[in-house]
Amino acid sequence: MPAFPEAARRAVADTRLRHNLAHATGTIRGRREAAVAELDDWQALREAGRQIKDHVLADLGHYLRLLEERVTEAGGTVHWARDAAEANRIVADLVKATGETEVVKVKSMATQEIGLNEALAEEGITAYETDLAELIVQLGHDRPSHILVPAIHRNRADIRDIFRREMPDAPAGLSDSPAELAEAARRHLRAKFLSAKVAVSGVNFAVADTGTLVVLESEGNGRMCLTLPETLISVMGVEKLVPSWRDLEVFLQTLPRSSTAERMNPYTSTWTGISPGDGPRDFHLVLLDNGRTATLADEVGRQALRCIRCSACLNVCPVYSRAGGHAYGSPYPGPIGAILSPQIRGIGSPVDASLPYASSLCGACFEACPVAIDIPEVLVHLRARAVESSRKHPMERAVMGIAGWTLRSPARLGMAQRAASASRWVVGRGGRIRRLPGPLKAWTDTRDAPAPPRESFRAWWARTDGGRNEEGGK
Amino acid sequence: MSARDDILGRIDRIAPPRDAAGIAASYAAIDRSYLRRHHEDGILDLFAERVADYRAGVRRVTSGELPGAVAAALAARPGTHAVPGGLPAAWLADADPVLLTRDPAVADLDGLAGAVTGCAAAIAETGTIVLDHGPGQGPRALSLVPDYHLIVVTAEQVAADVPEALERLDPRRPLTFVSGPSATSDIELSRVEGVHGPRTLEVLLVS
Repeated sequence: MPAFPEAARRAVADTRLRHNLAHATGTIRGRREAAVAELDDWQALREAGRQIKDHVLADLGHYLRLLEERVTEAGGTVHWARDAAEANRIVADLVKATGETEVVKVKSMATQEIGLNEALAEEGITAYETDLAELIVQLGHDRPSHILVPAIHRNRADIRDIFRREMPDAPAGLSDSPAELAEAARRHLRAKFLSAKVAVSGVNFAVADTGTLVVLESEGNGRMCLTLPETLISVMGVEKLVPSWRDLEVFLQTLPRSSTAERMNPYTSTWTGISPGDGPRDFHLVLLDNGRTATLADEVGRQALRCIRCSACLNVCPVYSRAGGHAYGSPYPGPIGAILSPQIRGIGSPVDASLPYASSLCGACFEACPVAIDIPEVLVHLRARAVESSRKHPMERAVMGIAGWTLRSPARLGMAQRAASASRWVVGRGGRIRRLPGPLKAWTDTRDAPAPPRESFRAWWARTDGGRNEEGGK
Repeated sequence: MSARDDILGRIDRIAPPRDAAGIAASYAAIDRSYLRRHHEDGILDLFAERVADYRAGVRRVTSGELPGAVAAALAARPGTHAVPGGLPAAWLADADPVLLTRDPAVADLDGLAGAVTGCAAAIAETGTIVLDHGPGQGPRALSLVPDYHLIVVTAEQVAADVPEALERLDPRRPLTFVSGPSATSDIELSRVEGVHGPRTLEVLLVS
């Protein structure tokens, strides 16, 4: 996986991708603003959401034990997974125990994060994505590029071509009208829903004191998976808890408006264990750590665990709307991905070390976030961690070392400023530096820098006696 | 060490558990200065308007008009309709019994034209109808697999807003919140009604 700057450079050069993204993010952004403006207590809802999630994180052990107890009482079975491999092993073993080799899936960020489909494939189990966008991604042998609309980078002609090529029962003469494409997906998956014995889902919210699980969706594929098969396996990150049923009154208002700009999404399903005569006979809940407790340990970074996966931050981000989701090298793209991925995976790889820099720190993501995650604050915090932990940035460390040495001495600072003024030979048209030479090149790859002034402030002050004699010395 | 003990041990070291009173006090201190409801008057009109915004059909009827409205809605769609055993008999008084099948098996749902159900609650602000799958609503599959869903909502079931509706519901029951017909916006954000769930939703609001 290439680091962000490399991947983003390729994405920005793809004009069709840029066009699709600009259209999609611009449209959702406008609709979302209108949906949010309808509620004049939006800021109070946002603050309540922030406090509920912070409260859960402060007492996470208590609420996880409570959830486990209540789900078990209601007839479900709770499993715990330290990491992706452990979670995949649990799910694969549960599927194998049913004797089945196929599962239907509701779109889920957690199962993408752990690479469940690939892990099941290695065990001879086929996972069918049933959300339309996820189906497009799966049939296109592609990766999702947005949390909410994973095939946002594809237009209708792309989708028609994928269906014609990869969907064996696609109708002859399938056009690129969205209604016809949706109809083809409906026919393609209907038989799967009606015959599937095992389903896998994610979880939007888990209510600790009732053991109730909640999934929000639009198409009805979620309802199909959650109710028709005999066995349901749900995978959730340990942070997805709310303490009580009443807390959903906040998130059922903020999540749909933030994500799809609707007053409410078409379908929300809740279930508590098993209900005899209605729905699955066997329910399993897999509680996933996979880097979340490490994130919890970071007092600044832990606020990322408030995230309810609405994707509002993606659509307002100037960097995401040009670079697209694939550049982030993670199932979690955009501003939230830039702080979540390096925390849950660790900053070890080049892509994770580069993600805290995939932002202009403009603050739009913080304004849009319905649980008030201060994404810029976490980005800056993670940049500091990336620099501290990195042995790969000797130039940056050397420059910072020299800067400290220079700033400690007025004489050295004056000398440096004179040297900077003398460096105006690199200035291009318009008084901007477009390209610095040598190892400083990376800094000007993505920006023009203002030229240093002809005269330093200190030199100007000495020459003009603090501005009293502007013509002094001439 | 088991994964459970390992994960909980890590969490307890980072965020040491407080006693029950401490947790309750912290929970009670959460600032809930948001509104319990966004509208005081015209709740039924608002509900009808918001349901219609999702391109669902809405008709307001009196209880006397209801049986005729149900019969007409079903007759407009050729085929057999699924009916939960606990649906009030009066609602179906005018419907042709030949067109109804009571509590069909899940395996038989795919060929049916539609389903008729009641509901547990509704939310005016968001145009949402909530099913708790009690006797008048049938199991979750009944109102999911057929392509048409007719829901009867009575005036006293309509809550002004989300907080009020959640108070009326029992989380131990399976619940389905329905806001308009099945829809997708996955292709260039064009809204298409009907992917996997019912393509057509009609609501009869009795008042």
